[in-house]
Amino acid sequence: MKVQSFELKPFTEESLRILDEEGRQVSHWDHGLTDKQIVELYRLMWVTRLLDERTLILQKQGKIAFYASSAGQEAAQVGSAYAMEPQDWIYPSHREQGVFITRGMPLEEIFGHFMSRSLDPARGRQMPGHLGRYDLHLITLSSPVSTQIPQAVGTAYASKYRKESSVTMTYFGDGGTSEGAFHEGLNFAAVFQCPVVFFCQNNQYAISVPLNFQMATKTIAVKACAYGFDGFRVDGNDVLAVYSVTHYAVQKARSGQGPTLIEAVTYRYAPHSSADDDKRYRRPEEVEDWQKKRDPIKRLRLFLIRESILSEKSDSELLEQLKEQVMQAYEIAERSPHPPLASFLEDVYAEEPWFLKQEKQEFVELYQEEYERGEK
Amino acid sequence: MPSLPMVRAIRDAIRTLMLLDERVVIFGEDVGKRGGVFLATEGLQQEFGIERCFDTPLAENGIIGFAIGMAINGLRPIAEIQFTDFIYPGFDQIVSELAKFRYRSGGQIAVPVVIRTPWGGGVKGGLYHSQANESYFIHTAGLKVVVPSTPYDAKGLLIASVQDPDPVIFFEPKKLYFAPREEVPEGVYTVPLGVARLVREGKDVSIITYGSLVYVASEVADKLYPEGISIEILDLRTLLPFDGEAILASARKTGRVIALVEAPKFCSFASEISAFLAENVIEYLQAPIKRVTGYFTPYPYWTDAYYIPTLKRVEKAVREILAY
Repeated sequence: MKVQSFELKPFTEESLRILDEEGRQVSHWDHGLTDKQIVELYRLMWVTRLLDERTLILQKQGKIAFYASSAGQEAAQVGSAYAMEPQDWIYPSHREQGVFITRGMPLEEIFGHFMSRSLDPARGRQMPGHLGRYDLHLITLSSPVSTQIPQAVGTAYASKYRKESSVTMTYFGDGGTSEGAFHEGLNFAAVFQCPVVFFCQNNQYAISVPLNFQMATKTIAVKACAYGFDGFRVDGNDVLAVYSVTHYAVQKARSGQGPTLIEAVTYRYAPHSSADDDKRYRRPEEVEDWQKKRDPIKRLRLFLIRESILSEKSDSELLEQLKEQVMQAYEIAERSPHPPLASFLEDVYAEEPWFLKQEKQEFVELYQEEYERGEK
Repeated sequence: MPSLPMVRAIRDAIRTLMLLDERVVIFGEDVGKRGGVFLATEGLQQEFGIERCFDTPLAENGIIGFAIGMAINGLRPIAEIQFTDFIYPGFDQIVSELAKFRYRSGGQIAVPVVIRTPWGGGVKGGLYHSQANESYFIHTAGLKVVVPSTPYDAKGLLIASVQDPDPVIFFEPKKLYFAPREEVPEGVYTVPLGVARLVREGKDVSIITYGSLVYVASEVADKLYPEGISIEILDLRTLLPFDGEAILASARKTGRVIALVEAPKFCSFASEISAFLAENVIEYLQAPIKRVTGYFTPYPYWTDAYYIPTLKRVEKAVREILAY
């Protein structure tokens, strides 16, 4: 295998990569990570996968109503979020459990959110997957697509206005690039030279709609050209390449050189959500092909073993330990109570207006017994 | 104390806020160098710099989303939408995002954004520079909605809105931008949100209204006063949250209520007033509630003066409600 010399170029049709599918190093792109940090990326990807597997079971058992799986996209999520500093702001999108885990949201809070427990910072108000922790600079997401993009630009503007060095990153999918908010956000970022990174996880489908019905451009990265800044296409299942290109974009933003668009080419293994049937729009062989040949965790594992950074034995010990950790977090969440019944009538305003106070009082009186039992 | 028209009082409010608080920034289309199409931000870019008062690309979703992100990161943004008729591309940001951030984050995230926008008809603005579209916003939990009718109130309400911890849609009746004038104190003062203003006391009929129709109601009251007809006028000022106690008190007192708005009748704020009175004080009412409103058409250009309730229509309603 020939290892290529490396120069970071925007707007390539080929995806940038460091590792091939077999975990062999194929470029001289210096990621700057220590062995310990690479093992940490590996650990975070596994935690994301294991949390996902556990949650899919919970959904099938009827313990949570709805779930959007992150499996297959761990390298794109973990690698990008790992390139940010704690003071940096993140506006996530759907199925980004890897981003939340990498930023340090405790697993029991994530499970607590999925099961609408009091551990959920959103107090059980949102569908599973709509997480957020303001103190961790993780902004609670909504379901409408791409609304977060101009918001992220505004947050970046505020950092620049105060002459702070923090950078904002916003995530979205391939379908999200068709929304007006995507184009407006990129244009604002360019006009005001905001310290923001636009991170697109191109997983090939917007629910069922494939890329060729979403856009006629060869890549998503090329769209940045129209706004006057660089776009990079990266192999989204190569965690080292994802980290490296994001790190470059974050440092560029931090040093006042404006926005960057990153397209990470990846694939989701599960249907869009627990309410979707993906057999209607993609062949099982296609899914199998990605799972068997291009899995992001398997790829990094092959690299770690080959480079003797991790032994087979320590790898299996690590996996056992992580399974235990995920199970324990789930158990803590399950033992915790739901938020108080009438709490859904709070947090609409800083101070409740008189008519909402009346509605709350009527609700509590009507459902007094259920209220005291703390029912969901 | 200077005598100012509403648009200058609004400019004064913004300038006062910017002097007081570095977190306050203002932006929108033509807001910077031009100073706004109605000059509400005239000279502010020169005084405070291009980082604090600036033009944006022509994109309302972008402008409002941008404001939300600024507020999340500690600023106190005022976003101007050039006419409320052009706010719809930003409707998603207002309804799905701005209104819901506090709730959906479990109370973690406040979004103190103020959206200022010229509103209402009576200036020959045709379909797209005349709308009174407040109902779309009043229906949304999480927002506050304000419509001033005097220069004094405009300044005090705008300062209160920017200092409020929740998002406010601030509708400015453009028909009142340049007249009447009123003495407006310099420096900081606030008019509290959620409190109506009793424009004049009366004992026979209550007219509950807001915006430029406060003046139509006053003309009718002046005209009918010599006949011994005593009209009470309530200017709501804030529509969300509205001053329910003031509405009920006036209805109990006169027993005859006219709800007067520019917007078309169906699902208008006049309808909300009507339902609210029927639910709470029907035993005090001596005649059916009347809603006097705009027509159920798009806003017309040539017949502009006939679309918004006129003195003639309001007078007719008063006579009918008294004859019941």
